[in-house]
Formats: sequence, structure tokens, C-alpha cells
Amino acid sequence: MIDFTINGIEASVEEGTTILDAAKKYNIHIPTLCHLKLHDLNVENASASCRVCMVEEEGKNKMIAACSTRVKKGMRIRTDSIRAIRTRRMMIELLLSDHPKDCLICPKNGKCELQNLAADAGIRSLRCEGERRVCTIDDDSFSIIRDMNKCILCKRCETMCNEVQTVGVLTDVGRGFHTVVGTVFDRPMHSTTCTFCGQCIAVCPTGALTEVDNTADVWDAISSDKTVIVQTAPAVRVALGEEFGMEPGTVVTGKMVTALKNMGFDYVYDTNFAADVTIVEEASEFADRFKNGGRLPILTSCCPSWIKFVEHNFKELIDIPSSCKSPHEMFGSLAKSYLAEKLGKKPEDIVVVSVMPCVAKKYEAQRPELGNSGNSDVDIVISTRELARMIVDSTQDFVNLPDSSFDRFMGQSTGAGTIFGSTGGVAEATLRTAYEFLTGEELKEVNFTALRGFEKIKETTVNIGGTQINVAVASGLGNARKLLNDVRDGIKQYHIIEIMACPGGCIDGGGQPYMHGNTEILTKRMNSIYNIDNKKHIRQSHKNPEVLQLYNEYLGEFYGEKAHKLLHTHFYADRSEI
Amino acid sequence: MCNNKVKDDFTELKHIIDETGHEESALISILHKTQEYYGYIPRQAQGFIAHELKIPASKVYGVVSFYSYFVEKPKGKYQISVCLGTACYVKGAADVLKRLESELGIKFGETTPDLKFSIAQTRCLGDCSNAPVLMINDKLYSKVSPDEIPLILESYKEEVSS
Repeated sequence: MIDFTINGIEASVEEGTTILDAAKKYNIHIPTLCHLKLHDLNVENASASCRVCMVEEEGKNKMIAACSTRVKKGMRIRTDSIRAIRTRRMMIELLLSDHPKDCLICPKNGKCELQNLAADAGIRSLRCEGERRVCTIDDDSFSIIRDMNKCILCKRCETMCNEVQTVGVLTDVGRGFHTVVGTVFDRPMHSTTCTFCGQCIAVCPTGALTEVDNTADVWDAISSDKTVIVQTAPAVRVALGEEFGMEPGTVVTGKMVTALKNMGFDYVYDTNFAADVTIVEEASEFADRFKNGGRLPILTSCCPSWIKFVEHNFKELIDIPSSCKSPHEMFGSLAKSYLAEKLGKKPEDIVVVSVMPCVAKKYEAQRPELGNSGNSDVDIVISTRELARMIVDSTQDFVNLPDSSFDRFMGQSTGAGTIFGSTGGVAEATLRTAYEFLTGEELKEVNFTALRGFEKIKETTVNIGGTQINVAVASGLGNARKLLNDVRDGIKQYHIIEIMACPGGCIDGGGQPYMHGNTEILTKRMNSIYNIDNKKHIRQSHKNPEVLQLYNEYLGEFYGEKAHKLLHTHFYADRSEI
Repeated sequence: MCNNKVKDDFTELKHIIDETGHEESALISILHKTQEYYGYIPRQAQGFIAHELKIPASKVYGVVSFYSYFVEKPKGKYQISVCLGTACYVKGAADVLKRLESELGIKFGETTPDLKFSIAQTRCLGDCSNAPVLMINDKLYSKVSPDEIPLILESYKEEVSS
């Protein structure tokens, strides 16, 4: 233990503790900006670039950054001296001097960490009105807007992009005052190997990285004479409440459905239904490959960010992912065929809106192969955050809304469809169905708990009809890369691999309510997903009555010809040379 | 220095990388040698280096953009360095630079389309008593006035054509 004093208090911490963490232990709150510690993910960004956490060491001339300086024996730290207060204040003012002042119309208004700092410090005027960097806004992609005029160079996004996701798109470009977080050859994001996972957006403290806002497109569709159908992903219902001050993890499915109906959507459906369809198709595809000597492992294909990652980085494995479209795309495809027939509508008169925890789904919906006869499967994608804004816009008191149920034909779901929102959920759901498809016997224990939780790579072996089936699950693209390297190099052999691009799965998607570094929120969201599953009477996708009705009345066989046409797709290796 | 080397199949660059090392730590040495070979660091070469070192191309570009020594555009046959150190600046170096830019139709850091001249800024060349000074390749010009610029440039144009 290291003995020291902080603001006159005799203190003691373990060796290696930073001044910032030591201060927390003694209930002293040092403001931070660039610093980000995601405990559950084992990620820390301590670039010490913003200098907002400066504190004074008594008897020393130089001020020190609390986030990156470790406590030394005998240190006498003051976080409350006039000098420390003035220094931190000056740091905030200097950051603001090179920052736009259009907070009122910034997409991060009200959720900006720089804005909060300035408010907390009570900054009322700027003593230094210096030169400003002027950068072109990159709004060419379907998912992410980069406005580097608002960047404070904290490098949290670089940590996520390079260390956690190993995508390697974001980097420092230039030097000195003209440094920007840029891309290779200053290309727009859509011309890079960016997977649009949106983890950079999730950690950006300011409005420098935000999602493309499609809310206006949704209002336009609702006010048109088209039939507007909305679907909601499993991870949205366990996070949306946070945007209205509800306890993280609160399940708000019923209120969400009511809110969507009040907003003017003609029909409100559940992506969980389509997740059940995905499982029926994917389990059938696995059974087919398994029985007929097809290439294994089968990789899940629900995550568009993950698919783009494979297309750029693992060309030699491009035929391994399941050919299943992702659930919301399956939903869109069925909405414009099966449901169109049920409702007596033409596909071109239907608009499908997806509410997703994800910004990559925005890009995915624009992939030209995901559609039928000129109609895109999905027309508009909005994130959980965008939905929350629309609910507020439509003057609804979300917390006090009554519950409603999803509409008929594509609204029913099983516990298996629900757990798609969490890492391990798709693999577990696949096992619950594949077991019965392959053995013809009833599965006694549907809980595969070895596949749950935040561990980077999870593995289990399941005995299916005398064969040991090896299953692996990875979340976070860096972990996925490790797993796939082992598969490619023949070090590991698996039958089924599930990958989700975001650490923890869709509950941690780039379109979810901001967590501002509090990863306990993630655990609560995950627990809620499994609670919903536990409470469902039917917990296997192939037993969903509406799914069975779909196949009986419309698709025919599981994994059959019509299912192939509507529910399966193909991928492209090597989409760019660099 | 040969600018059509870019179109080759990176045989020489591959050789440079193999010799220097495939570790990420070898990147800066490789970039130095790449610039020595091509005269600048072409973007295709940056992509190739990234591929060989198994690092993102963005990282290579980040390093190239950080060091002012590395350039992404070919330099001219004649490199004009205008001293903008304190003494030269006080004696009117900014006007000299402005005249150079207007005569050549390029800004500092750029190269003429015929690849004859590039303009670079430089700090003190150690000849302050003769300020303002400029250098063209290894030749020093002292007490330069803006009006002398056309004449100086003319001598190089003739030399090139002869």
C-alpha cells in the first residue's frame, strides 16, 4: 500500500493506483473528459490529452494529470487548491476556444460531456478566443457523421476502433494544432474498411461522431399515404426506458408498442418474430451442412458490422457465414411479401421502418442485394436514441404510457428470439432448435448458460445425437478476429460460431442510449433480456405459432425454395483494396 | 528519384521491407527508404507497406502525415527553400516567398506540374547577416529582393532546357 495525502486527508491505496482512482476512493470527484474506463470490457483510454483533470502536488511547480499519474509514496495532492481549480478552468476554456458554440443545434445537445463540464465549471465568458480548426464534415455514409470541428482529440474513438474492434479506420492525421482524428488518405468513412459498428459514437464525449439522423424520413413516411410498418429489435426494449430516466434494464416493451402506435405507425411488429424465423432457417442450414458434409463451422450472419468485417478481413472464409439475412432484413422481406398479401397491400405501398440498437443496420438496409424486385427489404432504420427523440417530439409521457401488444401475423416471439439481443443469444437459440432438428427428440434443458455473460470468447460442447458439437461465441470485433485467426489457421475446430461486433452484443450497440462509461448498465440490460426469455412459455423458435403459420400458409418447407428466395443472401469478399 | 517507379510491382519496396523488418517498429525506417527510392511516398506504396507489416493503412498514413519530412507528392528537380527565420522574416522573406509563389503559380509545399520546382519553408539557414536568404538545392542566394526572383528562376529554366 502507498501512503499519501489528498486534500489534507491521510490516505492509502494499492501500488499502481492513479490519482483519479485514489480520489474516487476518498469521495473526491475530479472532472475528466478524455478519460474512459470500461471495466467490464477491460478497456481504458487514458491519453491524458484534454488536461481537464489537473491537480496540484504540494511543493511542486508542475501541475499533474490525475488520470495518468500514479500515486507515489508521500505525495501531498490538492484537488481543491485555488491553483488546481484555476488550472482546470483554464483547460476547459482552452478546449472551448477551439470548439463551435452552436450547442443549441448540435445533435449531442444535452448529452455532451464537454457541455456538462463547462456548465459544472460555470464558464460564462472566454478569455481566449483563438484560432479555430476548420474541417469538412463527413456525412457521406449511411450510418456515421464525422464533424471533426467538434473533436477534442480525446482519442476514445481511436481506442475503440483500433484496440477493441481492431478495425483500424480511425487514426491521428497531421500534427500540432492541425491534428485531426482522420481516416486513411482522408477518405470518407464509406470508402474505408469501417464496419459502422458505431462504438466510436458510443464513446465520443462531444458531437464529433454521431449517427445519421433518419427521424425526418420516418415522419415523412407516416404523413404519406403509404402503409408504414415498424419493427423493434430485441435490445431496444431493455434500454429505451433509460432515455426517459427509468432504471437501466427496465423492460418497456408494452409502453414502446403504445408509443409507436400513438406516433401513427399503421402496424407495430417485433423483430423477435423474425429472429425466430432466422433460427429456423439457420438451424436448418446448419443441419444441412452437418449432415451433408458442408463447410463448417457455420458463422452467424445477424450482425451487419461483423459481415462487413469478414468481407474486408477474412476473404478466405467468405463462404462460411450462414446465408441467412439478418432478422430485420428477413422481417422486411416478409413484410413486403407474406404480410402484404395478408393486408391486401402492394409491396411498393409499404414502408418498413426498423428500430435498432445499431447504426450499422442503417448501412445494411442500403445494400442493393437486400431486396426483391426493386423494393428494399427495409426502407428506414432509426436507433434507440432516435426513437426516444421521436417519442418526446410527439408529446408522449413515455413513463406513464399503458401497455399494448404487437400486431398479428409477425408480432409473436419466443424466448429464443429475445436473447438475440445479447452476446451468446443467437448461438443458444440455434442450439435449442438444431438439437431437435437433428435428433428428433425433445430438448430437456434449453438454458446453455456457458454461452452467457461478458467473457470475450465463450466455448461449450453439446452432445447432439452422439456427436460432440463445439460452439464458440465472441463479441467485440477484436475478439472475433482472434477467434477467426485460430479457425483459419486450423488451431481450433468448431461447428457453430456466433459473433456480434459490439462488446456484449446488441445491448451495447452503437445506437443505444449513451452509458458515459458506466458498464453496470450493460449488465442490467443483459439480465433483463434473459428475464424476458425465462418468462416466455415458448422458448424455442421452431415452436412459435406465427412462425409455423408463416411456413404452412406461405413459405412451405423450412430452408426450402421460397425461403431461400426471400430469406437468404450472399456476401462479397474484399470490398476495397486498402 | 524516378517518378514512374510507382507503376511498378513494388519489387524494390518489398526488398526494402524484407531488409528493414516486418515489425511495426520498422515503419519509420521503411518510410525513409521508400522516400529515398521514389522521391516521395506514393499512396499505393503506403497501402503496400501496411499490407506487408500487417497494420492498418490508416496507421501508415497517420505517420506520413505527422512528419513534415515525409511528402506524398513528388518534389521538383529544384527545391527552393525560403528561410522564414526571424532575421530573414524581418528583412522581408514573406515578400520573397509571395513573389516566388506567384512566379511559379504554386504555394509552398507544392511542386510545379512540370516537376521542375518545389517550394519549401525553412527555418534559419545560419546566414542571418545576409538576410533574406533562399536556397535552391545546394546553392545559397543572399540578400534576395522579390524583384530578383524572375531572374534567378530564369537561370534554372535555361539550365533545364540546355
